[in-house]
Amino acid sequence: MSASSGFVELYKMRMREFLREPAILFWVFGFPILLAFGLGIAFREKPVENIAVAVVDVAGADRLTDELRANPTFKVVAVDADEAALRLRMGKVALVIVPGDELEYRYDSTNPEGVLARARVDDALQRSAGRADPRAFRETLVTEPGSRYVDFLIPGLLGMNIMSGSMYGIGFALVEMRSRRLLKRLAATPMRRSSFLLATIASRMTIVLVEVALMLGFGKLIFGMVFHGGVFLATVLALIGAASFAGLGLLVATRTRKIEIVSGFINLVMLPMFVLSGVFFSSERFPDAVQPIVRALPLTALNDALRAVLLEGADLSSQLVRIAILVAWGCVAFVFALRLFRWN
Amino acid sequence: MTSAIRVRDLRKTYPGRTPVEALRGLDLDVQRGGCFGLLGPNGAGKTTTIEILEGLLEPTSGDVEVLGLRWDRDATALRERIGVTLQETRFADKQSVLETLELFRSFFPRGTAAKDAIELVGLGEKSSSHVVALSGGQRQRLAVACALVGNPDLLFLDEPTTGLDPQSRRQLWDVVRDLRTQGRTVLLTTHYMDEAEKLCDHIAIVDQGRVIAEGTPAALILSLGGDHVVEFAFAGERASMAEREAELSTLRELPSVRSARLEGDGFQLTVAEPHVALPAVLDRSKVLATTLSRLSTRHASLEDVFVSLTGRHLRDE
Repeated sequence: MSASSGFVELYKMRMREFLREPAILFWVFGFPILLAFGLGIAFREKPVENIAVAVVDVAGADRLTDELRANPTFKVVAVDADEAALRLRMGKVALVIVPGDELEYRYDSTNPEGVLARARVDDALQRSAGRADPRAFRETLVTEPGSRYVDFLIPGLLGMNIMSGSMYGIGFALVEMRSRRLLKRLAATPMRRSSFLLATIASRMTIVLVEVALMLGFGKLIFGMVFHGGVFLATVLALIGAASFAGLGLLVATRTRKIEIVSGFINLVMLPMFVLSGVFFSSERFPDAVQPIVRALPLTALNDALRAVLLEGADLSSQLVRIAILVAWGCVAFVFALRLFRWN
Repeated sequence: MTSAIRVRDLRKTYPGRTPVEALRGLDLDVQRGGCFGLLGPNGAGKTTTIEILEGLLEPTSGDVEVLGLRWDRDATALRERIGVTLQETRFADKQSVLETLELFRSFFPRGTAAKDAIELVGLGEKSSSHVVALSGGQRQRLAVACALVGNPDLLFLDEPTTGLDPQSRRQLWDVVRDLRTQGRTVLLTTHYMDEAEKLCDHIAIVDQGRVIAEGTPAALILSLGGDHVVEFAFAGERASMAEREAELSTLRELPSVRSARLEGDGFQLTVAEPHVALPAVLDRSKVLATTLSRLSTRHASLEDVFVSLTGRHLRDE
């Protein structure tokens, strides 16, 4: 027992604190699942909606309207010029067509719907006017698992959960123990301080394993996700990520004894990554100029690596740069945290 | 055999915009065995002293030896031989009493079984209760049990009964008395004079970062010159300060009176024999052609010792 100098009992204490607190259980396990479920339902695949177009009611409008109505994709109204302009401005139609020898298309070129409507309408009208397409083609519609929004979302939510779990489970928990003077009391015993640190991290790792199993199991059972053999690699990545964020959690908890202050620090660390690191939408959307910063964030590295192994079947060696980013954040955080940490 | 604690010229200044000198040259010698009390008002430096002795605070300067060891050289060995309760520790809410003690037991290579420590503080029935369900007194006894699991040679109790109700205080006193009989050394801090009198074999009175008096409770009280206190006031118009000061000199000359001081609207005398001093006080009121508006006598306490040394009360009203 003396060899461990408290590791086992400290580990048991951390696990009991976690398992015996229903609210914590919900936020760590229940909430991300509910979020995934809600978002997965909201952004499920929908057929392409009808394209709404208005035909200005002048000579030739009837013929044009009939021609377009032959194609069920188009929702056509014939109205006067003012009404058509109003509907375009309000977004009720994506395109206004003015009949004549030379057709006029009015639309907003910055609106994807307008551009789509213009292309489709033009295509339909040109073909019915006799245009022949010289290149043969066929279409394959892709809605298979792996390319849906929920497939993108689940690894991102897992990464987010690993981050917030480590930040709160370590940063918040340690400050709470300091505010209770429990850290000080422990420091007055012969407890090996490294045992305390290791037990804290080990309990966190245990919980991460459950998080991975729950999240991926949920994705597979409810949304029929297909993982390209990457579950084991994803688990390894999740543990590396959890260790890295554990360092950041420790770092925000080094000095303060006020729970409000550490909550502020935790949000300061997490909020930018919620937005920038590709949890809910791809981080590629940010301008090239900020991409180096976005990619250097630990959550971006974790999310991208999780998606690569889960969705693309990538192997670990292709993810070394992302792993290195995570390890670097973790190491720097641990070095500073251990130097600054206060027991009282 | 070395003494349990030996402190020389201990100083501690907390830095800040206005630095606070918590300790200004404190000396302390605690022999092994028995219960030693640091008695003093809030802010006297008791907790700073005890936390330096526990190895939780660095002194600014001074020499500290605990059980013949030093914190800079023998920290681990020392931690294995001391037990500590802080002024207030809130243990993990959802752990049971037994689980909490098993945790603390696991830090010590040798010691008392968790269950035995629970019995020592009388928490046997609460063994499987979660900490969150314990009363204030039970939590404090749990804290003492956590300090006992390493079977310490030296036990530190910082304000062990502050904030407890009278019944819980008495229960804790019983626990400490039992510990004293097991041959350990107990060092406790308190600002309750009754606690110091009832529990401690030896007391150091601490004020403004120094020890201002030391001895057994009986010897400290004897140093007043008499172990009875007579408090009274003359009826009638309130006299001027100069008149009262003059009266004080007269009262000091009365038979059996060892010292006299102004107290509220009246006087406080320390007397050796009340049956000699009281008639003299009554005679004096006749001389002044007045009566006594109040009169009481009681045994002298450590509070009186503190007041006679500092002119202030232990507990600031």
